[in-house]
Amino acid sequence: MPDALNEPTGRAATTASTPGERTPDERTSPSPAPTGPVPVAPAASAGLETAVPAGPVPAAPAASHAAPEFPTPPTRAAGGVGTPHLPGGVGSSPTRPDAEAKVNGTFDYASDLDFPGMLWGHTLRSPHPSARLRAIDTTTARAMPGVAAVLTAADVPGKLHYGLIEADQPVLALDQVNYEGEPVAIIAAETLDLARRAAELIDVDYDILEPACDPEEAVAAGNWFRCQPVRLGDPDAQTPAAVVTRDYVVGMQDQAPLGPESGAALPTGDGGIELYVATQWVHSDLEQIAPCLGLEPDRIHMAIAGIGGAFGAREDLSVQVHMAMLALATGRPVKMMYDRAESFVGHVHRHPARMRYEHAADADGKLLYVKARIVLDGGAYASTTEAVVGNAASLAVGPYEVEHVSIDAWGARTNNPPCGAMRGFGGVQTCFAYESQMDALAEVLGLDPLEFRRRNAVAQGSKLITGQIVDAYDPARADGGTPFSPLADMLGRFKDMPVPAVPTGRDIVELPGGTGNTTHGEGVRRGVGYGVGLKNVCYSEGFDDYSTAGIRLELVDGQTVAYVRTAAAEVGQGHWSLQAQIVRTELGADRVELLPNDTKAGSAGSSSASRQSYMTGGAVKAACEAVRELMRGHDLADGPIEATRVFRHRATKPMDPVTGQGESHVQLALCVHRATVDVDVELGLVKVVDLTCVQDVGKIMNPVALEGQIHGGSAQGLGLAVMEEMITAQGRVKNASFTDYLIPTILDMPPMRLRIVENADPEAPYGLRGAGEPPTLSSTPAIVAAIRDATGLALTQIPVRPEHLTAHFGRQP
Amino acid sequence: MRVEMRVDGEPAAAEIDRPGESLLTTLRDRLGRYGTKNACEQGECGSCTVLLDGDPVCACLVATAQCEGREVKTVVGAVPRPVRDAFIACGAVQCGFCTPGLLVSVADLLARDGDPNDVQIREALAGNLCRCTGYEKIIDAVHAAAELMSDGTPAPTRAHWITTPVVPSAANDATEAAP
Repeated sequence: MPDALNEPTGRAATTASTPGERTPDERTSPSPAPTGPVPVAPAASAGLETAVPAGPVPAAPAASHAAPEFPTPPTRAAGGVGTPHLPGGVGSSPTRPDAEAKVNGTFDYASDLDFPGMLWGHTLRSPHPSARLRAIDTTTARAMPGVAAVLTAADVPGKLHYGLIEADQPVLALDQVNYEGEPVAIIAAETLDLARRAAELIDVDYDILEPACDPEEAVAAGNWFRCQPVRLGDPDAQTPAAVVTRDYVVGMQDQAPLGPESGAALPTGDGGIELYVATQWVHSDLEQIAPCLGLEPDRIHMAIAGIGGAFGAREDLSVQVHMAMLALATGRPVKMMYDRAESFVGHVHRHPARMRYEHAADADGKLLYVKARIVLDGGAYASTTEAVVGNAASLAVGPYEVEHVSIDAWGARTNNPPCGAMRGFGGVQTCFAYESQMDALAEVLGLDPLEFRRRNAVAQGSKLITGQIVDAYDPARADGGTPFSPLADMLGRFKDMPVPAVPTGRDIVELPGGTGNTTHGEGVRRGVGYGVGLKNVCYSEGFDDYSTAGIRLELVDGQTVAYVRTAAAEVGQGHWSLQAQIVRTELGADRVELLPNDTKAGSAGSSSASRQSYMTGGAVKAACEAVRELMRGHDLADGPIEATRVFRHRATKPMDPVTGQGESHVQLALCVHRATVDVDVELGLVKVVDLTCVQDVGKIMNPVALEGQIHGGSAQGLGLAVMEEMITAQGRVKNASFTDYLIPTILDMPPMRLRIVENADPEAPYGLRGAGEPPTLSSTPAIVAAIRDATGLALTQIPVRPEHLTAHFGRQP
Repeated sequence: MRVEMRVDGEPAAAEIDRPGESLLTTLRDRLGRYGTKNACEQGECGSCTVLLDGDPVCACLVATAQCEGREVKTVVGAVPRPVRDAFIACGAVQCGFCTPGLLVSVADLLARDGDPNDVQIREALAGNLCRCTGYEKIIDAVHAAAELMSDGTPAPTRAHWITTPVVPSAANDATEAAP
């Protein structure tokens, strides 16, 4: 993974904040929750000791690339949004800074970029999953009027490969293509239409090979990116009362953000380049791009352009290097924007999985052992498969205590589409399997599924299968003398929320088949099921995970204005709101201005792993605290104050390559879903009629944004349960469109009831727990469990298709 | 070919060099009106929904050549302020890419039915995909917009949230939303 880039230097002190050093009192001391404009903390301006006030803004410091810049007057944040004065600190739901522009159609998404003299870039992609490239002839395409450049691998100015963890993906195909859709050549032309037509004129001579598409065969052949075992105790020495062994299959899910991959590259005229792109981690992009372009990183300025959703799809590079190459080659601005079909092959997907699980319990309903073989299909290139495999292995049994474990998780290398990050990141596939197993084993034992989970739930002080101790809760809390179990507590909360009754006189839209008018209720069976998810928050396995924030507090026209500088990506989750809330709470500034998110700021890490509230939220908080310190004895009228802080969570450790043991995660978050479904057992149609969710978020930072994350995450889990699958056949994607790849519509999503639990994490800023991913884990197994309850079928494959439900038709209970 | 139409109340003319050019392409790439979004360009996602002579259409499925003399209203001209306010207040906007199309569809719905129920809302918005919100807050927003537009007073958003002190105990249920 990329090392730290652009650690902020210069005048503002850069010290790591150690979260563990703060006491709970310190967390809440600075006048929290202002209800409106709050003047700068009065004590701070009372003149106690010599402060080190910041002088005037340094005029373009020498290390301008590394030093945070605080332009005065403030420029607009990414997407072209100024930050109006908004009341609301931590715990409230202020108006999003970007909301007004987004409802007016004036928010600048990456696909809306428009520069004078701009060319359009386009990518020619391989139609074959595996082939040798004999020759590429671009003569005809280059001669076409309106075409400015046609480039191939021979034109890559620097390194030929890039990648998030391992640089194994060719910028443009060299002598071989390894998946359908692999970029082969790029074109710049006066219009997108011309560029597409020129691509058709490129003559590529392929020697077509037989693709290797079976991940099990790949593993058997030693063709994998990572194998991670977990070994604990001695499963084979146990004498269980009940054993359940099943095979599970998870299809390939796509993030399908609505905003297409887009960006623009502008040559600076001196050999450098500016890039505006929708990305989740601009510094990681820069680190991968610069070597490929043969440029020093300080010749490249990258800024995040407006992002239309991400969900992991914008972790890996897409248009970045290509549009930069075209801009450098032509000397003109170049815009690239994928259409939907290209988007489906232009980013990585969620790993499809094949899993064999064996769960055993004793007569008291305690888990005795778990054995699992987990094969994730990483596709043709590494992307983040290595980290996904680590999650799949370490989270393989979920939030349950078990002392004997034998798990092997692989990330196979095949000629299927490359897979990498998607919301849930390795936690989703195994969650479906272990929750299905928990239900199956409870049934064998004659136990209620919730009671069986409660008996095995982890508690404060429990050991996970990696040996990591659950230490994230108040050690003083105990439940009748036993250590506090957040999961047992959460499971108990469903008692107060009854399963909705079957209403009389339902509108036909509310039945399976909906507006298709397929039933009036005959053949419809109701089912209820539960799912529990355990997700790690932030980066794991020893990765140096940090974020950087700069705050400048100054008087402008008699008002205190706080300028906030980070490189964190606002992907839609509301992170801009959160930054401003933290600043209002910590500094009580009259106004908060969010400055552009770009490579002039220090790295914020990625908007992924449910980590930005924790990490960049933590960095903003630390910078605010530093500003408060500097304010002691300083009058803002004498000049502004600024501070930049780098925030790190406590160190994690790599998993042992043989035993998987190690404190690999920093924070774990729990979510429980209960799904209620109606199934038309004759037609195989499923209607999810209710989703009830209990989630532990540590601290509610922004109620409305949190609800939005849970709703949206649950919807993506629903998609994986019953409809979302990229179908491949011999490496070829069969459904790269919204016509054929179905994502939930408003007709598919049920009303949701939420119950939020706040078990503060003593180490995290404000006690918060990352909240974006956990609901995506647990909603899928809950829905499938409900379908099993309605149908009596085993259902070991997701998404559940109609034919899975009707294959046994006639033998229904 | 020159096509003259009205876009958001203003006269607009576009030189089309391909008879098949879509209204979406014309709006965005020729007229610089980027408020209408391009997410699938095959009529599946609704992000490019506009009103054509008052009827909601996917701009990606309409040929510009068919628009001579007609009136096009995008998110800029089709959406009453209360609908926008309700989307903001209810948290119905996350990444916002679906928002312009959704707002146009909601404006169309509320013009036809000032007080739609959940089922009617779901049916009316079934052609607008959203990947972020799970749609709950969009439904909230439509109800809030309907109230705002009916009597002009700001409607409270549906009370999803009961704020409680941050005390880690079994009694600390921050919220429960009624379905």
